[in-house]
Amino acid sequence: MLWACILFPQLAMDGVLRHRADADSPLALLAGPAQRRVLQAVNPAARAIGLRPGQSLIAAQALSQDFATADYNPVEIEHWQQLLAACAYGFSSQVSLHYPRCLLMEVHSCLSLFGPWPRFEARLREELSALGFRHRITVAPNPAAARILANVHNGLVITDADALRQALDRLPVQHLGFSREAATAFSRMGLRNLARILAQPRDSLSRRFPAEVLVQLDRLLGIRPLALDFHRPPDVFEQRIELNFDVKSHQALLFPLRRLTADLAAYLAGRDSGVQRFVLHLEHRAMADSQVQVGLLRAERDASMLFELTRDRLEQLQLPAPVLAVRLAARDLPRFAPERRQLFDERPQQSLPWEQLRERLRARLGDEAVHGLSACADHRPERAWSTQSSIPQPISPLRPGWLLAQPQPLREASLHILAGPERIESGWWDGDDVRRDYYVIQTRSGQRGWAFRELGSQGPLMLHGWFA
Amino acid sequence: MSAVVALDRLLDSRHVWRGQAISSPSSTQSTGHTELDSALPGGGWPGSALSEILVATSGIGELRLLWPTLARLTSAGERVVLVGTPHIPCPQAWLAAGVDLRQLMIVRATGRDALWATEQCLRSGSCGAVVCWPMQADDRALRRLQVAAETGKTLAFAYRPLDEAVNASPAALRLTLDARELRILKCRGGLAPARPIATPALVAGGGH
Repeated sequence: MLWACILFPQLAMDGVLRHRADADSPLALLAGPAQRRVLQAVNPAARAIGLRPGQSLIAAQALSQDFATADYNPVEIEHWQQLLAACAYGFSSQVSLHYPRCLLMEVHSCLSLFGPWPRFEARLREELSALGFRHRITVAPNPAAARILANVHNGLVITDADALRQALDRLPVQHLGFSREAATAFSRMGLRNLARILAQPRDSLSRRFPAEVLVQLDRLLGIRPLALDFHRPPDVFEQRIELNFDVKSHQALLFPLRRLTADLAAYLAGRDSGVQRFVLHLEHRAMADSQVQVGLLRAERDASMLFELTRDRLEQLQLPAPVLAVRLAARDLPRFAPERRQLFDERPQQSLPWEQLRERLRARLGDEAVHGLSACADHRPERAWSTQSSIPQPISPLRPGWLLAQPQPLREASLHILAGPERIESGWWDGDDVRRDYYVIQTRSGQRGWAFRELGSQGPLMLHGWFA
Repeated sequence: MSAVVALDRLLDSRHVWRGQAISSPSSTQSTGHTELDSALPGGGWPGSALSEILVATSGIGELRLLWPTLARLTSAGERVVLVGTPHIPCPQAWLAAGVDLRQLMIVRATGRDALWATEQCLRSGSCGAVVCWPMQADDRALRRLQVAAETGKTLAFAYRPLDEAVNASPAALRLTLDARELRILKCRGGLAPARPIATPALVAGGGH
């Protein structure tokens, strides 16, 4: 077993920053009661103007006025952890959120699929950076050691017990994951690193320190296993982005929308499923949400495609009121089957596969706008066609190429009847009784049509189609 | 030899304009009508280009003109898209003409949306042929379709009313069809034959 620990040192800050287009302007996260707001975290730009975590808001405002603030929200942080776990689940089936702000994943079993560790690591880092989270990654033979090494290292890979012992021996006692009291006691006793602690007799340690200290020591060395709760991805995707001002235009919604669809795609890749139906909720003040329903004909999970389709549908929507928050909910997550492609494509310049083109057309023209055509076994012409694609029917008697949606009376005087009558009498059982004599007619200008007269009526011929 | 020198000098002094070699249509696709094929310069529809079919009215063989092409493309597994059809295509007749309906897709759209959909289909390169019925299409819209057909290397057909024959068009091929005859108005890569083309299968009264 080989465990990777991915530590997110700035999880709360990154979670807020990724919703902001201006990530480089100063920003501070605030915590604490309303009377005494304290800066919980600051980004590098805020640090540059003198803000520090732990300052009170009043002290910070005395230093500078031009920084933005946001709430430090533990619920949000939990949400980001779940999202990151869902991404990691795409690589490994054993992913745990045992430690706060950090992911543990078993990587030895997935090396054969994702290549040697350097390539795997590069891919992990690329995906995490694309999601907008800063991170540190370490690998060790047991999860507790990986977590401890991530405190001081980034990119360190240790595969055997001897090397692990060497790396751990040098670590200062404050970073070993002991409680504050135990760490202080060790350093006052002069035991400043792990090597010095392990040099002590075990029974004297157990007499002087609580049991957790020995447990932690054993876990670091891999003697005692760490019981982990593994992450199981949720069955539905739901994510909400609160906008920091009232948005009245579509343009300003595109940035959060891009984030939402990218997160959805990452979640889907982790589950190895696609999405067929999802809803974008636009939340208003004191009004029901506006909803953008997106329905696809087959499961998809390409981030740019999902974004483009949602954008096309969003642009058709009239915003009734300013938007305060955007929420994306996807409940219908069927299996994803990648489209088979031919190795030697006959049309190499094919830039857009038909499935994507079809979704793009449907997004703009409406869900019903693109359909196939097939014949139905019914004698009545208006019921002999359907928009479903189906198996071909046997060839029937002569029919015109165009069928008029509504039969029109033919008021022309000089009509030639070329063929007919053909009696069509059907439908008495379903209340749509048809008793007609059909003729092939030719007008004076040379058009050939298909017209009928109701049985027993003396009115004009009704034109029902063109032999085009 | 002196004549050659004189010609060079003439060319150098830019008094003589030298015609560019006409890039003949790279590929053509047979129309399925022998008389029409022999009248067209490449022996068929210009490939990856827009062909305009100007029809006087409905019911004079405008679909019979195209059915052999569509039948050949769909049986070869190519997708054919119809955009903004004026009426409902009757599946029995299309089947009888040999069109494989599984490869036929219909896009319901009108006006600008129809032009947009046609351009998207052409540009994507995922269709064998795109047939559209634009209600009103100006010169610019047709040029866009022509460029899109070149980009996607797709056959494009536009059915337009006969009145449009007087207006110029960027289409590579323009045909007029009325109840009696088929004429070629313009064809890229050759002179349009002045006489009408007799196509017994097309004009009314012929076979179906």
